[in-house]
Amino acid sequence: MIYCVWLPLLVPFLAAPASRRLASALPPRQAIWLLTTTAAGLAAASSCALALLIVPGATHLHAVAALGDLLTPLYGGSPDAVIAIAVTAGALLAWCTTRLVRGLQRRLRQLRHAARLAAEADGELVVLTDEHPDAYALPGSPGRIVVTSGMLRALSAPEREALLAHERAHLRDRHHVFTALVDLAALCHPALRILREPLAYALERSADESAARTVGSRRLTARAIGRAALAARASSAGDRTRPALALSATTGPVPRRVAALLGSSTEPRTARPLARSFAALAVAACLALSAGASLQAADDLHDGIEVAQGETP
Amino acid sequence: MGDKNAERRPAGELEAGVLTALWAADGPLTPGQVQEIIGGSLARTTVTTILSRLYEKGTVTRKRSGRGFVYVPTEDASGLTARRMHAELAKDEDRGAVLSRFVSQLSDEDERLLRALLDGDGDGR
Repeated sequence: MIYCVWLPLLVPFLAAPASRRLASALPPRQAIWLLTTTAAGLAAASSCALALLIVPGATHLHAVAALGDLLTPLYGGSPDAVIAIAVTAGALLAWCTTRLVRGLQRRLRQLRHAARLAAEADGELVVLTDEHPDAYALPGSPGRIVVTSGMLRALSAPEREALLAHERAHLRDRHHVFTALVDLAALCHPALRILREPLAYALERSADESAARTVGSRRLTARAIGRAALAARASSAGDRTRPALALSATTGPVPRRVAALLGSSTEPRTARPLARSFAALAVAACLALSAGASLQAADDLHDGIEVAQGETP
Repeated sequence: MGDKNAERRPAGELEAGVLTALWAADGPLTPGQVQEIIGGSLARTTVTTILSRLYEKGTVTRKRSGRGFVYVPTEDASGLTARRMHAELAKDEDRGAVLSRFVSQLSDEDERLLRALLDGDGDGR
């Protein structure tokens, strides 16, 4: 009975890589939902498991036992082991909760700050006189698009429309909410950290596809992204203050986004349907296992409590 | 983007289109030139209306030229706000979490790949 409770803590080590793999084979919108659901679900289940692990050990405390009308502490192995597990789980849970609360406060502060700045701007678009090409969406209600004059000059008129459509998609679909959810989930369980990068990529891809639909051309959108990135690189070439890019062994997100829009073979083509179904099944099984194990563990704990209260099993 | 739909787009999006055309230009533009740049999908009168609105907000300045006006974009109060935004956000190393940048930085390999992709796409520059 006691083994169920460990599963939600271990499943993320399998489920996170599986869902990352699956996300790379899915259309962006589905990938966003998959990654967010996986991260949030597994984080919740593993936190529940930690909480459940505390209970048996806690019942060795007289006060807790009295509170639960328990005649004896919950049975769950040797008292020393049960208490050691409870203390460890309690410490981990306290640490995770602290991180989560701090992370949440920090993120809310950033979003409020962005929203305040957005509210000060007059109009959807804010242009900044700066030769360095840069553009980003500033979440708020309504959100704003900030773009430098250098970026506008680097692009043709139709490419500028693609840029605006891309940033509008970020704001309209509230992509910052998904980023926040996955970032916070990653604070609850270390295995979930690897989901942040694929989520960021899926969000960019989703905005790219949205832009391509709006301007009516995938090629145009691809060119806008490509030329913007090349212009930004040319502009920062002599700039020592910009951090050098550490990773060069792997292909960065920009060429992958452009390739995906051009439908070129450089983009890892969607996996074979069989492999995709298998990965989907694996992720679904992991989520179900995690949730099921948490529930089972809670149920076992409840049974144990009734026994300890002196009821006949 | 269907040209017939252009007039039905939200006013904010039309303003953005006109504004980007002005910022990308090398000098002052007449409403006709703006209309030409953004693809002629808007009626000249619509462009003129948008330009007047931008002028009233202080987002563009104008000079008389011949029988009409020519327009130049200016960094208005929003620009100042954006500048502050830039400075304040630059302090936060985690800003990437809140802002979605249009393009991230390229490695050498990325640049090579990207050029190959764009060239392979034909009419590349």
